[in-house]
Amino acid sequence: MSGILVVAETRRGELRDISLELIAAGLGVKDAAGGRLAVAVIGSSPDGLGADGVDEVLTVAAQVEHFEAHVAQAALERLIEEEQPDLVLLGHTIDSMGFGPAVAARGGLGFASDVMEVGWDGDGPLARRGAYGDKLVAELGFPGKERTLMMVRPGSYEPVMAGGSPPPVRAVEVSVDPGVIASEHVEFREADVGDVDITKADFLLSVGRGIEDKDSIPQFEALAERMGATLSVSRPLVDAGWMSNARQVGQSGKTVKPAVYLALGISGAVQHLAGMQKAQTIIAVNSDPEAPIFGVAHFGAVADLFDVAEQLEQHFE
Amino acid sequence: MKVGVCVKQVSALDDEFEMLDEGTGVDPDFVERDLNEWDTFSMEAALQLRDAAGEGEVVVITVGDDEADEALLACLAMGADRAVRIWDDALEGADALAVARVLASALERESADLMLCGVQSSDAVNGATGVAVAAYLGLPHVAVVRRLDYDASGPTATVERELEGGLIEVLRVRCPALLTIQTGMNEPRYATLRAIKQARDKPLEEVDLDALGLDADAVAGAAGSQIRSLAPPEKGRGAEMLSGSPAEVAARIADIVKERVSA
Repeated sequence: MSGILVVAETRRGELRDISLELIAAGLGVKDAAGGRLAVAVIGSSPDGLGADGVDEVLTVAAQVEHFEAHVAQAALERLIEEEQPDLVLLGHTIDSMGFGPAVAARGGLGFASDVMEVGWDGDGPLARRGAYGDKLVAELGFPGKERTLMMVRPGSYEPVMAGGSPPPVRAVEVSVDPGVIASEHVEFREADVGDVDITKADFLLSVGRGIEDKDSIPQFEALAERMGATLSVSRPLVDAGWMSNARQVGQSGKTVKPAVYLALGISGAVQHLAGMQKAQTIIAVNSDPEAPIFGVAHFGAVADLFDVAEQLEQHFE
Repeated sequence: MKVGVCVKQVSALDDEFEMLDEGTGVDPDFVERDLNEWDTFSMEAALQLRDAAGEGEVVVITVGDDEADEALLACLAMGADRAVRIWDDALEGADALAVARVLASALERESADLMLCGVQSSDAVNGATGVAVAAYLGLPHVAVVRRLDYDASGPTATVERELEGGLIEVLRVRCPALLTIQTGMNEPRYATLRAIKQARDKPLEEVDLDALGLDADAVAGAAGSQIRSLAPPEKGRGAEMLSGSPAEVAARIADIVKERVSA
């Protein structure tokens, strides 16, 4: 086909949001790439993949009910062989992390993960991604590569509007040897369900590694109560066992969109930003002027969070 | 039980730093190096597996120049039995796939029962190296593991995969396999002062590409990308910075909160 192959993502039969973001990323370079844009679905084939600019939907049957990394890997390898795309787009998601790099390694493909921007410069694709923990931005090229596979960071593109005239659907027969199935699904489980739903809060006071000590938690619980906020945390505090996963904001925790998100001592790892960057107002206090959270915050202050927290108390009864 | 653990000495930028002349790298004088946070969890998991089995060894492997010995010594001090460091000038600036190619060759010599990598490194954040290593070795792999039970009789591993939004998948994978380990899986142990001293007496093997049957062309061929430019992110979308004393900052924050949160 040449052109662009978007690999849609599903979980428990439902299309995941990243799929429509990947279509947006692909449409952005489709003309420059001078080819078609096809969307492939491996396994289940949900509706809702029709969008203006999508030329074709390819369905690939899988022998397993749920995502299985080795089946996905083999199916995508065969699909690439059959369709010969110039550019393959996956999400930089947990499922795709389980097989995307394997496809690139075995196929000798151009490869970039956690890509924030997909570009094209005449000769071929370009990728922009973070470096040194997102403190710098790298532009990557793929010289000498006939095909490139990119994994695009969730939230980097506005999802396309589903709808329009449905594109033709073609079932692609790929033979995947059942011997490749190396793992067996046991069950899905929810992590901690706590006594609080942080996704419903209008105002979140969120604390991170900067609070340094478990003994500081009560102080911020009290501050949150005084300010009328719900307390949430970033991942390191959950990893350390200080707080329940139910209060965790980020990729592996909850995605929140409060009116105000006040972040104290959170540097803003990618996985955290993914969970809060849609908040209406983001205020960040951090001692590191280069903290990535200032890149998404509306208001920021380079300050000691304890000093600011102490002063904040006086403004709320 | 033999467990192979791949680790990385990561680089964090100093507040002030300078770029190298060609603009595709940072001057190494301006970075702090440390053992990747994720790797402390895979090290701990490996040590627990070895100790539960009551026999075997934990072999820790890295790709890096001689400064990476520090990361290996940290792992040896935690309790790894021996370490392997692979370096060659051709590996300078190697990307995830090139590093994976090299790690795979080193692991091939070890025939470990289980191989662990961190989910990602804190500097490059590729989330790709471990699964690419498994692909080169043709081994089963599971990414983003937060719990692990190994059953030597299978051998299989029953693992919890951490999905988005607090969802967990439990699955059973055929071994030998390579797993990428998520933070928070366990409590990485601290090395005692005595263990830190003793680490220097443990075997630390330095290996070049030749010894792995590789050469510069093999590494270059495996590489998935080339850095064209490296620069600070464009500002503009950034925050309006509140300046002043903590009291002034707090007053502004209080105003913004009161204005924008509906009572």
